[in-house]
Amino acid sequence: MTQAKVTYKPSDEVDFVIIGSGAAGGVLAKELSTNGFRVVVLEQGPYLTEADFTHDEIEVFTNHRLTNDPKRQPVTFRQTEAEKAMLQPSVLYGRCVGGSSVHFTANFWRFHEIDFIERSKVGEIPGTGFTDWPITYADLEPYYTKVEWEIGVSGQAGASPFDPPRSKPYPMPPLPVKGSGVVFERGARKLGYHPFPAPMAILSQPRPGRSACVNCGFCLGFGCEVGAKSSSLATVIRLAERTGRCEVRPNCYVHRIATDKNGRATGAVYFDAHRAAHLQKAKAVIVCANGAETPRLLLLSDNNAFPNGLANSSGLVGKYLMPNSGAMAYGVFDEPLNDYKGPAVSRVFHDFYELDAKKLGFYGGGGLDARFDFTPIGFALNGLPPGTPRWGKEFKKALQQNFTRTMEIFCHATSLPVSTNNFSLDPDVKDAWGLPALRMTYKDHPNDMKMMAWMAERAMEILDAAGAKTKWHPPISETRFAVHLLGTCRMGNDPKSSVINPDHRTHDVPNLFLCDGSSLVTSGRGQPTMTIQALAYRAADRITALAKRGDLAGLADHAA
Amino acid sequence: METFHSARRDFLLQIGGVAGAAWITVQWPGILAAAQHAHEAAKANPVPAFEVLTPEEAKEIEALSSTIIPSDELPGAREAGVVYFIDRALKTFAADAKPVYEQGLADLHKMTREMFPGVERFSAATPDQQEKLLAKLEAEAQSGRGPGRRMGGTSGMSFADTLRFHTVAGFLVDPEGGGNRDYAGWKVIGRDPAHTFSPPFGFYDKDYPGWQPASPETESK
Repeated sequence: MTQAKVTYKPSDEVDFVIIGSGAAGGVLAKELSTNGFRVVVLEQGPYLTEADFTHDEIEVFTNHRLTNDPKRQPVTFRQTEAEKAMLQPSVLYGRCVGGSSVHFTANFWRFHEIDFIERSKVGEIPGTGFTDWPITYADLEPYYTKVEWEIGVSGQAGASPFDPPRSKPYPMPPLPVKGSGVVFERGARKLGYHPFPAPMAILSQPRPGRSACVNCGFCLGFGCEVGAKSSSLATVIRLAERTGRCEVRPNCYVHRIATDKNGRATGAVYFDAHRAAHLQKAKAVIVCANGAETPRLLLLSDNNAFPNGLANSSGLVGKYLMPNSGAMAYGVFDEPLNDYKGPAVSRVFHDFYELDAKKLGFYGGGGLDARFDFTPIGFALNGLPPGTPRWGKEFKKALQQNFTRTMEIFCHATSLPVSTNNFSLDPDVKDAWGLPALRMTYKDHPNDMKMMAWMAERAMEILDAAGAKTKWHPPISETRFAVHLLGTCRMGNDPKSSVINPDHRTHDVPNLFLCDGSSLVTSGRGQPTMTIQALAYRAADRITALAKRGDLAGLADHAA
Repeated sequence: METFHSARRDFLLQIGGVAGAAWITVQWPGILAAAQHAHEAAKANPVPAFEVLTPEEAKEIEALSSTIIPSDELPGAREAGVVYFIDRALKTFAADAKPVYEQGLADLHKMTREMFPGVERFSAATPDQQEKLLAKLEAEAQSGRGPGRRMGGTSGMSFADTLRFHTVAGFLVDPEGGGNRDYAGWKVIGRDPAHTFSPPFGFYDKDYPGWQPASPETESK
């Protein structure tokens, strides 16, 4: 039986207030409420459900129904700290219950063992803060498995020879192959690579209350109307609410974490939909607001005791932004692929996961996927081969020929952590609530530029081997836009060189925890959500254990 | 100084580089709001009056958009009701582009009279003449020489680029959000308007035997 939904008053001191309801916040809400704690989740965006989702691009893109709105929440960008940042919508994230997991591609790779220990293996990389994680793949493996089974991930265990060890197979078979997957597999195998069915957080088989994927094609950018995409919204948020102990409160824009004279967090201050400010009191605070908004919130929460921002004694809050390097190549085939149908991706390979830095002259690695994620307008403006007439009969003919015959190889790869790549508060620009805007500073490490160029060339070879009659790749250019928001409150054992400890507890504030993309120490190879969710499951276990042993004041009694 | 126009173009490329092409659409706030109107306007009978454009302007813009996406055995911009989309765009997300259109049309009339004496309007020119005029307008926008180089509006786009952008959007915008009339644009690009699909989706996955590990022969290559 479903319990009646619980509501709390801001003045009720709940056990945990969780800021953000996305990939990490949803998992923590479910786990902690299941463990007996009283939880309030504050989400800045609206509470939409499947019935609100639509294929209507007006709602999704024009009205920013699912994402941050650059008009109300301006972002500024600069490449180096010497420059003045200019207005530019350089950051995109989900802004609704479920966060970015509502609109994401749902590519769902685990990190591999190497991602956690790479600094030890590769050695120092000058100009970077490259370092090992304080935890290993083995620590996280049970949680990866838990994610796959709890939220529903489609895939085929053992299909990639590069896969890390796993304790259980996937809970359901892979999604159907697309034309792009078939030709990619053909081309990649000719070249000796090992393509395999893409692990996707999209159901290939129905689950209670959720349909299997119907291949509508409105996937990347859209909320799933049939609940097949395994977003936090479709999965853990509902389980959290069913405990009768968790309230998910939408339209709450948290702009300060309140602290007392002992330097402990006392709750979260937020604007409600009518811009009235409230303090939601809590015994402990967990920030899961994403790798841009989490550091911004800490910086906005400065006070006399924390002059550089809350939990920022290391000076590393906002630093080491890693957006994942990317490169693309396109191919046009003789016959229709009709790749606009189905989820974006159906085949992947990981042969380049760990490249030989000595041989190639750059560090890093990545995974390649076969996909098509253009919408019709975007395709007409940006999807045709270079040199295609821009208008007239030939333009129309090219649209007619190519829309159904084009595919893309997307190379997802590492970004190096560089401290001058970061999020900070813009000194001049304010958001619609009068708060300092987010400022992004980013210039690719030369290593990452070299790797992107190398990846694009490999993708071109695969398209050639796959039989593409036309192929090209866009010029490799510097990053000015981030969707993967990683590394900005990194985990570590040393309070001088990290913001949170391996329990996700901030080094500086004993009842303040951070868990989202900001926790990552290295970037992985481009698909961070799976790892963010595994970290969240693990963090919930750690936090519960801390509470049970009396290490979180006032929380021992509530643990079930 | 780098123009905003070229920076924007690079930016669009870069969005694809990191985030996937679907996000490109995010950078066009308001464009889809105009679609609903185009859809309704094109469906309505009788056709409603334009809200922003004068009938003369509308006639020229329809002729221009029909040169960008001509009608042949398949529908073009005209059949998709693109001019209604643009009229609505100029009232909503592209309101600041009205001067771009006004100046652009004035420049174009002048260009028309100079290149083809006796022809007063773009819409009155022959298809061949229209193509030559649009080519010149485009060339000026690209080279930065001649009246066609003018940039305007907050988007900082030339008349030629604005026109092309709005035409393509009005032609291909998601019909479920209201837009290309009777799926005119999707008919051209071959996008089935169905809501759900079952595999096989296309030619190459039709006879796919199912995933198998690479054979030893393949391995040895």
